[in-house]
Amino acid sequence: MTTNPFDADRPPEPPREGKRRGGGNGKGRRRRDESVMVPDVEFESYYGRSVVKAPPWRHEIPAYLFLGGLAAGSGLVGAGASARNLPRLRRGGRIAALAAVALGGGALAKDLGRPDRALNMMRTVKLTSPMSVGSWILAGFGAFAGLSVVTEAGRELPDQGSLLARTLRVADPPAAIGSALLSAPLAAYTAVLLADTAAPTWHESYRELPFVFVGSANAAAAGLALVISPTDENAPVRAMAASGAALELGASELLRRRMDPLLAEPLHEGRAGRLLQLSEVLTAGGALGALLFGRNRSAAAVSGLALMAGSALTRFGIFEAGMESARDPKYTVQPQRERLEKRRAAGVTDDSITTVR
Amino acid sequence: MGFWNNQLSGPTDPVADAAWEKPGPRKGFFTDTSICIGCKACEVACKEWNAIPEDGLGLLGSSYDNTGALGASTWRHVAFIEQTSERIQTARESGRRLVDLGMPAMRPSVPTPPPSVNGNHAGVDPTRDRAAAMAQVDIAAASGTIPDFRWLMSSDVCKHCTHAGCLDVCPTGALFRTEFGTVVVQDDVCNGCGYCVAACPFGVIDKRPGDSTVKNAGIAQKCTLCYDRLGEGQTPACAQACPTTSIQFGDLDEMRATAQQRVETLHANGFPEARLYGADPNDGVGGTGSVFLLLDEPEVYGLPPDPRVTTADLPDMFRKAGFAGLAMLAMAAASFLGRRR
Repeated sequence: MTTNPFDADRPPEPPREGKRRGGGNGKGRRRRDESVMVPDVEFESYYGRSVVKAPPWRHEIPAYLFLGGLAAGSGLVGAGASARNLPRLRRGGRIAALAAVALGGGALAKDLGRPDRALNMMRTVKLTSPMSVGSWILAGFGAFAGLSVVTEAGRELPDQGSLLARTLRVADPPAAIGSALLSAPLAAYTAVLLADTAAPTWHESYRELPFVFVGSANAAAAGLALVISPTDENAPVRAMAASGAALELGASELLRRRMDPLLAEPLHEGRAGRLLQLSEVLTAGGALGALLFGRNRSAAAVSGLALMAGSALTRFGIFEAGMESARDPKYTVQPQRERLEKRRAAGVTDDSITTVR
Repeated sequence: MGFWNNQLSGPTDPVADAAWEKPGPRKGFFTDTSICIGCKACEVACKEWNAIPEDGLGLLGSSYDNTGALGASTWRHVAFIEQTSERIQTARESGRRLVDLGMPAMRPSVPTPPPSVNGNHAGVDPTRDRAAAMAQVDIAAASGTIPDFRWLMSSDVCKHCTHAGCLDVCPTGALFRTEFGTVVVQDDVCNGCGYCVAACPFGVIDKRPGDSTVKNAGIAQKCTLCYDRLGEGQTPACAQACPTTSIQFGDLDEMRATAQQRVETLHANGFPEARLYGADPNDGVGGTGSVFLLLDEPEVYGLPPDPRVTTADLPDMFRKAGFAGLAMLAMAAASFLGRRR
């Protein structure tokens, strides 16, 4: 501030807007309701620009999150029905698993910048990359799901004594076991896929997100089975719907409670917040419907549709929330600043990226 | 644990970890923003040498910065920040706080810099000198002689992290660690999945938009630290073009030492706001290959204040996912084992 004799004659400076500061031109405050009497959180940014980048993923990715979960759960339905000898449930589960995994894989390939290089995913095995691990899980599951459908078709062969029919009968149990064992990693890895990023809300949800996703997968697959299978075979999937929905809802609740309130904000607000709210209603309603009225054919179908829609909305909501947390710099800067200050206050000064000597 | 030690976080030598047969010294940048004049020669030289396509000609209304941010087609980005005396005072105070914290209390494993790279203050006791300089700063603040305006200019670039999130998560192996310790995308391998974009804690790498007429459209692109030039013993284009030596290039050890000398000099000259960014191998990304000297908090420049490579938590993430997977199997099994109604 310079001083000169004319300063006394100057009109008073207009009041500065809140905590607006140098580099950031106050954009950090965007999307805030001015009427809310909460003091503005102080953080700085470079012209309100994001620090980390939101991934260039379109809606194919959350669609895959849903389809992958649906495929995984359907794999379990098919295998379980095979073990309990419920033929129509088994056939439905197996066909659903293959269809969902094929659609999901297609969605993934479509989202690539160079879909012609989709097979480069199989170029290496890389444990530090959840996407590499996931590609192999997806490929393995797809193979078993495909084999399951082939052995299922083998049961329809007119001559059950033929070599082909006998071979397929032998291959049937391994196909069921394989798709059951790979279904769990297929449903769970997508949570690691989202969590292993710099998008703050995704990363910080890594403890609970796998449980949300596997619950959601079981609920969605049970939902589809309720829609397509007859009521005299749907008792197991009604139980699966209830337990899956309970796990999804419980883990989501835990996720929101344990997370830093600022980072949980995108889960409550905006489009993501609305999607997740609606998802809860549909999931809870679908599970209750399946449990109470699942023996009625049409009630079972309606509950099943609600469960599938709830699962899809969960995936889209979580996806949106993470994207939003990457776009707005406050979600990156403020928690980092807080944890840095906390460490400094505790006397830890040797692990900061900012140093003076 | 031997080999596995510090493979996901902590100080390590990435060139040796990448199992190069004859690992050379790790190369890097030192970007001294205190002598940047905002000429953008680095941006232009980078675009020219690497034949990067045009990516927008708009006026952004953010001082002289019409580039915006690092991205697929912007590998050097000069930030412009206009500050008033009030803000300069805050920057000085935050800088002084860092000095008072004694950061970093360098861990013993980190070598102390060799004496006199710049040589301009050899023999000066920095502690005594710093105290005197701080006193001068106080006098300046009291008498109102802090400038009423300053322009911060900083040329940002890929950090070539010791623990590079982009490299860790790349599913195709398109990103790799070079013999110079840098991180480079192989244009003929990348399939544009975009995972690296999500994993970078600095928001550097991005997927290049455009149709088939645009070079390398649809795949991830970022600074290669001029891998082609390094192979020929040349300096990267940006450092070569920089007219003020604000961008320096060399062995990373040397760059860190130069940076430490420079921050001492600035403190001694009465600029307590000077601080280094990325020089500490104990930070969340294991230290960066691009060291910066900043004159305010990192977030003012659009840099994260406490970045942490996301894969540091990966073992725990897989463990949680494993438990979730078991829960899923158990719940499905329970549903089918239950009595048939």
